[in-house]
Amino acid sequence: MSFKDAHASVYPETPWLVTFVTAGDPSPELTLKFMLALEKHSDIIELGIPFSDPMADGPTIQKANVRALKAGTKVKDVFEIVRNFREYSSKPVILMTYYNIVYARGVENFLREAKDCGATGAIVVDLPVEESEEYLRACEKTGMDTVFLAAPNTPDDRLRVIDEVSSAFVYLVSLYGTTGAREELPETAFKAIARAKSVCRKPVCVGFGVSKKEHVKALIDAGADGVVVGSAIVRLIEEFGEGAAEKIEEFVSELRKGLEKS
Amino acid sequence: MKFGEFGGQFVPEVLIPPLKELEKAYETLKEDEEFKKELDYYLKVYAGRPTPLYFARNLTEHVGGAKIYLKREDLLHSGAHKINNTIGQALLAKYMGKSRLIAETGAGQHGVATAIAGALFGLKTEVYMGSEDVERQKPNVFRMKLLGASVIPVESGSRTLKDAINEALRDWVATFEYTHYLIGSVVGPHPYPTIVRDFQSVIGRETKVQIMELEERLPDCIVACVGGGSNAMGIFYPFARDSNVRLVGVEAAGKGLETGKHSASLCAGKKGVLHGMLSYFLQDEDGQIATTHSVAAGLDYPGVGPEHAWMKETGRAEYVAVDDSEALEAFSLLSRLEGIIPALESAHAIAYAVKLAREMSRDEIIVVNLSGRGDKDLEIVMNLLG
Ligand SMILES: Cc1ncc(COP(=O)(O)O)c(C=O)c1O
Repeated sequence: MSFKDAHASVYPETPWLVTFVTAGDPSPELTLKFMLALEKHSDIIELGIPFSDPMADGPTIQKANVRALKAGTKVKDVFEIVRNFREYSSKPVILMTYYNIVYARGVENFLREAKDCGATGAIVVDLPVEESEEYLRACEKTGMDTVFLAAPNTPDDRLRVIDEVSSAFVYLVSLYGTTGAREELPETAFKAIARAKSVCRKPVCVGFGVSKKEHVKALIDAGADGVVVGSAIVRLIEEFGEGAAEKIEEFVSELRKGLEKS
Repeated sequence: MKFGEFGGQFVPEVLIPPLKELEKAYETLKEDEEFKKELDYYLKVYAGRPTPLYFARNLTEHVGGAKIYLKREDLLHSGAHKINNTIGQALLAKYMGKSRLIAETGAGQHGVATAIAGALFGLKTEVYMGSEDVERQKPNVFRMKLLGASVIPVESGSRTLKDAINEALRDWVATFEYTHYLIGSVVGPHPYPTIVRDFQSVIGRETKVQIMELEERLPDCIVACVGGGSNAMGIFYPFARDSNVRLVGVEAAGKGLETGKHSASLCAGKKGVLHGMLSYFLQDEDGQIATTHSVAAGLDYPGVGPEHAWMKETGRAEYVAVDDSEALEAFSLLSRLEGIIPALESAHAIAYAVKLAREMSRDEIIVVNLSGRGDKDLEIVMNLLG
């Protein structure tokens, strides 16, 4: 089975809308509800495992991490959320977290537990390719998909390696900065897409700063295979708390319109 | 480059190119005659090097054991060893063509030392400091401002040193083109632990020459406090291959290791990954980083430099912990007996050296790294001792 065939059996056709929430924000029960709201109009769901020190995240997701940890969210609760989600949906779920969370459980152990509960793959924000030997071996062994980050300043030779080791897609960070909704997309995003698409064979999904339908459309038009939206959704949870599910569904269905090719 | 399995570059992809740039610049400049000359010049005429190696006769007689020498980093400009590193890195930044410095600080000591170096070399300086610490350390906040730096309070996470490091990294991700992140200890992603070690190694190199002059032999034991580990690594490293010299790092046991309110990552932590490095960290079973405590703000960090982790693992150095009240006792003891008020951080090393000296014979020699002076701690001690 080729990469394309294997891929097609799990992931829908591109372009994708990838949407993110932090698990346990503001409680594990509500996270399941929010994931089901996302699911209706998303192709892939990214579920953040809260961490005490989310250094790549801006204020919105930092605060979500604090809320989730304050609510007492444990890693096992996150796995439980995915297990429950699987009763309703077969859409891919990619866990997003920091390496200490993976390392503390034992890398292979973590990945096996994640796989067993129905997770599709993982993104480890602070794990560059050089440090990922053990992780990659364990992903292969447990069947967890990999997603590595690339940035606007990643040279072509590194992009090639990142593409090589990413089994699900390459996560292209659009800008020099942390996560967080922005009004305008930076010029770096478009240059980065052009270069990444000329080098990578795997789908390239662009994230960081994306907050509206117009952004989604502009990025897809520029050649991105998918777009990741996080902080703009988390912001709704911050604002509406328990009542955010409806707002999320409405917002994501609006974002989805940006996927339609013009 | 790693120290066994420790260290590394556990950072988001975007920081890999700036770290490579830094590594390359440093590898070139550390062999550059002009750079070395300029660094030596500022260390000598500005910071006040070499610092004396002082035989603490009164303390030695009081204890009645091994001879105790103090390496007087407390006499440096700024009052602590931190300036060895900030002058080195600020100069590095200048040679690299960067116009701005950012730094993290806990107690404010490294922030002040960075502000000094920024003023000296005409670099715009911004210091991240947990808002909790901004409240606790007002005099140092004022000092930094006086020195022309701005202090940015950090409201995220536990609002202390570890969060200030996170925030400085977040800044650097967006500004590395014109900004140098001046890390304050032998921590962070490669090449920082190596760079900071090298700049601090001047402490150990001087000590070696001085003790040979005074005693015509190497010491039996070297004791230093360990927060991130820079003053300890600075004095240990030049002795690393002298296997007869015992190296002892003293961590902060805070209110006691059993209370969980301490910052002894090597004595009580587990292996983990934070701030770009694999090392020992205080954390829970899920890998969430713990909040820490020590009466000495400069030791109040949940991790430790990767080279210390390696020295622990290989047995080259040993690590122990001293609690708040033992450190306060040593603080008073050294003040009274020697007329030297040590920093609370350094008082941890004094406290353990006294214990060790007592069990050693009179012809043995201990060198303690007196990493800083205690002026900054007077208010805290006043409140505690009343
Ligand atoms: C006087 C003094 N000693 C020691 C330390 C601890 O740092 P390190 O372990 O890097 O030497 C500090 C930190 O602020 C300090 O101010």
